[in-house]
Amino acid sequence: MVSAVFHSPLEPTPAPSQDAMKNAAISAQPASAASQKHLKTAAAPTPRAARDWAALSRSFWQNVLPPLCGLGLLVGLWALVSASTKQSIPGPYETWLQALEVFSNPFYSNGPNDQGVGWNVLASLQRVAIGFGLAAVVGIPAGFVIGRFAFLSRMFNPLISLLRPVSPLAWLPIGLLVFKGANPAAIWTIFICSIWPMIINTAVGVQRVPQDYMNVARVLNLSEWKIATKILFPAVLPYMLTGVRLAVGTAWLVIVAAEMLTGGVGIGFWVWDEWNNLNVKNIIIAIFVIGIVGLVLEFALIKLATAFTFEEVKS
Amino acid sequence: MNASTHASLSTKFIEVQGVEQTFKTAKGLFPALKDIHLTIAKGEFVALIGHSGCGKSTLLNLIAGLTTPTNGALLCANKEINGSGPERAVVFQNHSLLPWLTCFDNIYLAVERVFGAKESKAQLKARTDAALALVGLTHAGQKRPGEISGGMKQRVGIARALCMEPQVLLMDEPFGALDALTRAKLQDELLEIVARTHSTVVMVTHDVDEAVLLSDKIVMMTNGPAATIGEVLAVDLPRPRKRVELAEDPRYVHYRKAVIDFLYTRQAHVEKVA
Repeated sequence: MVSAVFHSPLEPTPAPSQDAMKNAAISAQPASAASQKHLKTAAAPTPRAARDWAALSRSFWQNVLPPLCGLGLLVGLWALVSASTKQSIPGPYETWLQALEVFSNPFYSNGPNDQGVGWNVLASLQRVAIGFGLAAVVGIPAGFVIGRFAFLSRMFNPLISLLRPVSPLAWLPIGLLVFKGANPAAIWTIFICSIWPMIINTAVGVQRVPQDYMNVARVLNLSEWKIATKILFPAVLPYMLTGVRLAVGTAWLVIVAAEMLTGGVGIGFWVWDEWNNLNVKNIIIAIFVIGIVGLVLEFALIKLATAFTFEEVKS
Repeated sequence: MNASTHASLSTKFIEVQGVEQTFKTAKGLFPALKDIHLTIAKGEFVALIGHSGCGKSTLLNLIAGLTTPTNGALLCANKEINGSGPERAVVFQNHSLLPWLTCFDNIYLAVERVFGAKESKAQLKARTDAALALVGLTHAGQKRPGEISGGMKQRVGIARALCMEPQVLLMDEPFGALDALTRAKLQDELLEIVARTHSTVVMVTHDVDEAVLLSDKIVMMTNGPAATIGEVLAVDLPRPRKRVELAEDPRYVHYRKAVIDFLYTRQAHVEKVA
């Protein structure tokens, strides 16, 4: 089950076809040994069926086998490390059993310090959504004006260059000081780390709107509003969505660290809490959960971006 | 309006007076155009022809108002050309359709801009449909530019320009990127449309046959840098023109030879040392 989510978004091929291939491969796999015999005994396999079979086996070799090998390598190394540390790092099998237990009841709540993994993930996602949403509300319009007006671009570029490399966690104390609370401070950290990619990508997108489109606007003498809605916004959308994707990725990275520091409910806090309980199995489970949620976010945003990317005019 | 201004308008609808265009480049100033004098009458079809890089498109952009000249002046209908506008519609070399809008919406954007203040939605839609029908693309209205062929895109670009009912139609190598058969078909369509609408057209082209077939006047430009008008050839062939009949017409052959002679004998292209 883990493998299904684990490797599919990494592949460049669209998901549905891949899933179909996987299903096909899964059903084909047990049959592969028997298939040779089956093909021979079959009365007369039509050329078409043979071709289908060849395509199926090729897609198995190209699309299914390599990710499975990768996953196998990971699990193998993990088991090796676990065995060589005499189980102080739990092995895959024990972790799997623990995961089954954890996921059998993800939404329990025994007070603020003992909640199911589902609640923890949702709490983290909520913080990311709020912090990221605020960053989008500020960052995207800011990116538009910085991209459109050279003066503003020159005015803000040094500030952005100065502030962008700062680790978002360095902003956490400022957030705690200003907002006097752990939760708003965590949201503030997410805000500050996800605003930069959105500002920069939106501004670059606006600056790269093809001159041809702007010439059309000039020949038609379109109003600023029409230029913004009919030309700038659609042309910038792919850049903007790239910014959004980078921002969400960073935000998801940062929330875990921020929650470790601020406490409360959240996947990062859960990791830290389990460390204090010395429950390493749950930490490993948390690592997988964080990875899977990150992959799902990324994958969803890539799908969104391709839906809004159009063929460009070639000069 | 009295008779004399009428007369001057009909012979001097577009006036280019001593225009010079210099570009700033990394290697210093580049003189693209020098000393350009040209008048175009109302309803005239003018072709600008010359080798690559001789500033044909630069001149077209100046008439369009997309750029301003370094020196000299351009007039259209006795008014100085100051910025671009829908009265001088441009058909771009690479069609420049907005890829996120359907063909219908691409044209509608232009129709709405020009007629939106005076006409109802239904009238605007009717105008858009008429423009699509004019170039024979009624069936492709709801398709996006990415879903149609290059020739169809160029036709939508022409429809977008024509729907604005411009005083002047400016075309920058509109058929340059098309195959010979599609090009011939679109040239015939253009001849027909221009005959119907009596538009004033300025067209940049590389193609000698295209220039002779379509235009009333061929403006031949010398090689850059500092290109200027080398010769103006009046093409006195009766309209409607049929390409098959013209192919053997001695006058057609004569005009064709005159242009080829200018391009390949007198202005034989010397590769510039970069």
